[in-house]
Amino acid sequence: ISTSAPQSNVDPLDSILIANRGEIALRVTRTAAQHGIRTTTLYTNPDAKSQHAHSSQWAFNLGETGAYLDQDKILHVAKSQKCKAIHPGYGFLSENAAFARRCTEEGIVFIGPPWKAIEDMGDKARSKDIMNKAGVPCVPGYHGRDQSLDTLAQQAEEIGFPVLIKAVRGGGGKGMRIARSAAEFSEMLESAKSESKNSFGNDDVLIERYITTPRHIEVQVFADKFGNCVALGERDCSIQRRHQKILEESPAPHLDPRTRNDLWEKARAAALAVKYEGAGTVEFIFDNDSGEFFFMEMNTRLQVEHPVTEMVTGLDLVHWQIMVPEGRPLPQNQEQVEAAIGTRGHAIEARIYAENPAKGFIPDSGKLLHVRLPTQTENVRVDSGFIEGDEVSSHYDPMIAKLIVRGDTREEAVRSLTLALDEYEVAGPITNIEFLKRLCKSEDFLRGAVETGYIDKHRDELFTPKRLDDEILAQGAIASFFQSSFSKSPSPLRASNALAWLSPYSDFQSRVFHFLSADEEPKLGVKPHPYSVHLRQTSPGRFSVSILESQTFRDVACSANFDISTSTLTTYFPSTRLTSRVIIPSSAIRSSATLPIHIFARGSLYRLLPAPPTWLSAALGVTENPNSLLSPMPCKILRVDVQAGDVMKKDQALLIIESMKMETVIRSPGEGLVVKRVVHGQGEVVGSGVELVEFEDVGEKLDS
Amino acid sequence: SLAIVQRGAATFTHPQHASAISIIPTLVDKSTEEYKENAKRLGDLMSRYTELHKKLALGGPQKARDKHVQRGKMLARDRVTVLVDPGSPFLELSPLAAYEVYEEEIPAGGIITGVGTVEGVQCMIVANDATVKGGTYYPITVKKHLRAQEIAQQNRLPCIYLVDSGGANLPNQANVFPDREHFGRIFYNQARMSGMGIPQISVVMGPCTAGGAYVPAMCDESIIVENEGTIFLAGPPLVKAATGEVVSAEDLGGGRLHSSISGVTDYLAVDDAHALVLARRSIGNLNWPGQASAPKVFEEPLYDLDELGGIVGTNLRKQIPVREIIARIVDGSQLAEFKRDYGTTLVTGFARICGHQVGIIANNGILFSESSLKGAHFIELCCQRNVPLVFLQNISGFMVGAEAEKGGIAKNGAKLVTAVACADVPKFTVVVGSSAGAGNYGMCGRAYSPRFLWMWPNAKIGVMGPEQLTAVMETVGKTVDPELRDRIEHESDAAFSSARLWDDGVIAPAQTRQMLGLGLQAALGGRRDEIVTKFGVFRM
Repeated sequence: ISTSAPQSNVDPLDSILIANRGEIALRVTRTAAQHGIRTTTLYTNPDAKSQHAHSSQWAFNLGETGAYLDQDKILHVAKSQKCKAIHPGYGFLSENAAFARRCTEEGIVFIGPPWKAIEDMGDKARSKDIMNKAGVPCVPGYHGRDQSLDTLAQQAEEIGFPVLIKAVRGGGGKGMRIARSAAEFSEMLESAKSESKNSFGNDDVLIERYITTPRHIEVQVFADKFGNCVALGERDCSIQRRHQKILEESPAPHLDPRTRNDLWEKARAAALAVKYEGAGTVEFIFDNDSGEFFFMEMNTRLQVEHPVTEMVTGLDLVHWQIMVPEGRPLPQNQEQVEAAIGTRGHAIEARIYAENPAKGFIPDSGKLLHVRLPTQTENVRVDSGFIEGDEVSSHYDPMIAKLIVRGDTREEAVRSLTLALDEYEVAGPITNIEFLKRLCKSEDFLRGAVETGYIDKHRDELFTPKRLDDEILAQGAIASFFQSSFSKSPSPLRASNALAWLSPYSDFQSRVFHFLSADEEPKLGVKPHPYSVHLRQTSPGRFSVSILESQTFRDVACSANFDISTSTLTTYFPSTRLTSRVIIPSSAIRSSATLPIHIFARGSLYRLLPAPPTWLSAALGVTENPNSLLSPMPCKILRVDVQAGDVMKKDQALLIIESMKMETVIRSPGEGLVVKRVVHGQGEVVGSGVELVEFEDVGEKLDS
Repeated sequence: SLAIVQRGAATFTHPQHASAISIIPTLVDKSTEEYKENAKRLGDLMSRYTELHKKLALGGPQKARDKHVQRGKMLARDRVTVLVDPGSPFLELSPLAAYEVYEEEIPAGGIITGVGTVEGVQCMIVANDATVKGGTYYPITVKKHLRAQEIAQQNRLPCIYLVDSGGANLPNQANVFPDREHFGRIFYNQARMSGMGIPQISVVMGPCTAGGAYVPAMCDESIIVENEGTIFLAGPPLVKAATGEVVSAEDLGGGRLHSSISGVTDYLAVDDAHALVLARRSIGNLNWPGQASAPKVFEEPLYDLDELGGIVGTNLRKQIPVREIIARIVDGSQLAEFKRDYGTTLVTGFARICGHQVGIIANNGILFSESSLKGAHFIELCCQRNVPLVFLQNISGFMVGAEAEKGGIAKNGAKLVTAVACADVPKFTVVVGSSAGAGNYGMCGRAYSPRFLWMWPNAKIGVMGPEQLTAVMETVGKTVDPELRDRIEHESDAAFSSARLWDDGVIAPAQTRQMLGLGLQAALGGRRDEIVTKFGVFRM
């Protein structure tokens, strides 16, 4: 131990309450267990069967969905279970100064910084004042109390467009809007304020200069009770969607050493300025054009992406988090940390979300029908909160896991991440894994040319729908065939090879399987592209396959076997063997829904929807209305902006929905559409695929 | 050390050696001219059968098929495909029915029948082919429908009727309507089988007029396709003629009417595919035992099944070495031969086919008194033990002549016939060569109710072969004109037999094992009662 500090007054935390859920609850439990610390976990009704609720013998139900924020209940459990400390994880109460203060006052250690530091940093305007005084540069902007439209608009004008409008209490991209011109300022302001009001109960905003090719670089700091503060390297979190990070890496690519050291210095200064203790992150916006950086905010908690830092420092940050409030000094000083960083190469984290990138990254939920994690090694780590069979609830954040990979160089780390993603299989809710794979293969990303606008700028290469290969379609048909023939039919016999009529295993075995691509989003007025596979069993386990739309895949002879216990389908085509994992949902959750067949093959996921037979809708008595706009996900309708008879402009807002605390504006898909009926009103909660607005005959008014 | 007084030690026999005594050796030499000649001749014959079946499997004329499909209907064979479990075998019966029987071509007799697996339940499926003369019933059609019901009843298989038929073929009414084994018998069988607890399900996918209306009406559950299926005792033209009432077919007997007003049908389907999904669901709800009894693991024969062509050829005057055939039918080519050295012209023994234990009775020459007695004895054994019997028939008859008569061949032959007739275990017959004279009876011909009877393409069936016939006729002072000779030759042919439903189909020799396996599964797979055989008095 090289940091200097008195060794007295150490008060070990032998029992911790984890006031969080999912992977972070499990993450904290893991470190606690390693150090002989008892953990108590909390859960809510929808989380009763979740992994974190089962990770400890001491697990207590808080009740309602929102109860992870219920301070009284949490403190009651902590006291009755004689927990010495509360670990808040991230999100929920982790940056709630009032809660931290209550813990302190009621004699329970809050594992995090002093409540005063949280309060200082939680108010963005105040935090910038403090930073300016401490010599940490801030983005030019307006942080004033006067929130009148006139003042804000005038300030924006002074800062110069484009400007960023940000909720003062905000975080995680919520309540944040960009105004590119004075013309759209008021609309953006209103939108930011309403989201901020809904999310944080406060609609104060600040305005800042908007940097056009910005990178998000943050520094992990740690401080103890004795005035020691170290910077544990930086993380580049520039790859973001919806202003939320999805890839985080350390060290930041192409950062010259002087800037790096300067960043670390400024981050330490920031922490010391608020008498910080424990883990914190100082976030900077880095202007890729000028090389300048500005302080954005300080996160007074352990962050989602902390494993990246753990990988490049070799440290256990949760353990450090526990040691600090115990009254121990930091185990390493800045020189030691830097020495370690110098030898440990590069780490990168990918956040695995249940969300649909093709649909603007809207969250998805549902049962995890199949989960297969990449092989974990010293250099490949998975922090996961869910296992196969678990339900991803629409009530909480849709992140299901984090995949962290280390390599000696950035190139190696990215390559290993790509391989690990290839191995990662999730069936059920749609995930961003396929999207992440594309990111990892994107050339500019490989060059390290990251910026926060990366995804938007590379839209074409990242979002072009994947083709369904002939062999994949053939496998879809073969797997469907096997699935419906399993265990119900007598065991097959070996057949003769000689020509023969009366062939019981092939005479009545000609079937056509119809599929649609589940990744092709249904569009108003556009028929999905159908794929038809003609499959004939020629003898048990042998087939002749033709893809009707393909010129080349005709009467292809192949043999196949399907191990149902591992869902593994192996197909021997004339020129190649293809072994895939095929997950076929047995029956839909409700009659009108079709769940896709998942085929994991050669590092890719293909999702095939069995096309509903023509008779089905008639048999079910449902009439498909081609003029209806359907809800893209389970959601609550926040606001309806139209009424029957309205004539819509293209992209005019129809209504605003909210799912997982995120707002989405549903816009008119065409010009001149006439609203016939608004099916659901404000405040109603609807499922996915539910009719929201019906138009008068859509006809030609759509440009597809 | 201690001196131990030991008893003698028993020598252990390794199972390999124990089973070695049952393995049938093969003497096939593929390099001989005879083998090559045989293989070529049978190969040519097989090609003819393959082409014939391919043509007949299309169903009715192209025009009729196009019209059928354009109406949104599925072809009969596609309906069967949709109905059965993917990958499961469908044991089609008599696809050569009506071949060259009538002036016009009636492919497969206008009806597809066979044993198929639906939702894991083996069922008898009977499907009218509306592209063949509107699915009307010719005499052979009736016979084929009744044969399917007979198999269903014997083997306790639930019946699914895919109805799409204009009813009795009126020009043929005299040979279709009035007799005991004619049209009325279909409904009689439905009622009796339902009474025995054998489920009867119909899917009405086309017209069911007059008598035909009773197929769905007499079923346990009936499904009808909207705007396609109709059921009425008299169609619109007859109604108009009789009462002057003008009414559309759909209003008179359509799916909507019968499913919601008359109650003649129970489920209304949008189209064929929907109807067949409903039929599968009905079978799934039969509470019928599935395939639990099907043996999962068994050995394949040691030798190449395709060698059978070179072994048998087409010349029935040459003795076929029947053990070579058995070796290519039974599991592991193992036969525990019974009385191997007695009555050697009949081979008997225990074996397994696709895991099912069977008793094999196979001709290896003319039936003498000894071979007849051996056969009767072996049948008794199998019936005692409830073991199914498989007859491999290649018989020109019982031995004739003074010596044979003196030895009581009539009496001893009768013992074999009595044993065969009374044996109530499932019996299966494959005619691998000739089937002549009383040998047909002793070797479980059609009249002895085998569960299934198949012919090989080289097989001939008749009282006697043309040569013997000529000889006999000449002996009694008559000359045989070549025309009669040719006619007898033609009428002995396997295709001639199969067209008239004297058998359940002509099969390729190499398919025999598979067919027997499926037949055994049909006989043993479903619900069955304890079989007790009572014999008549043997004249010893």
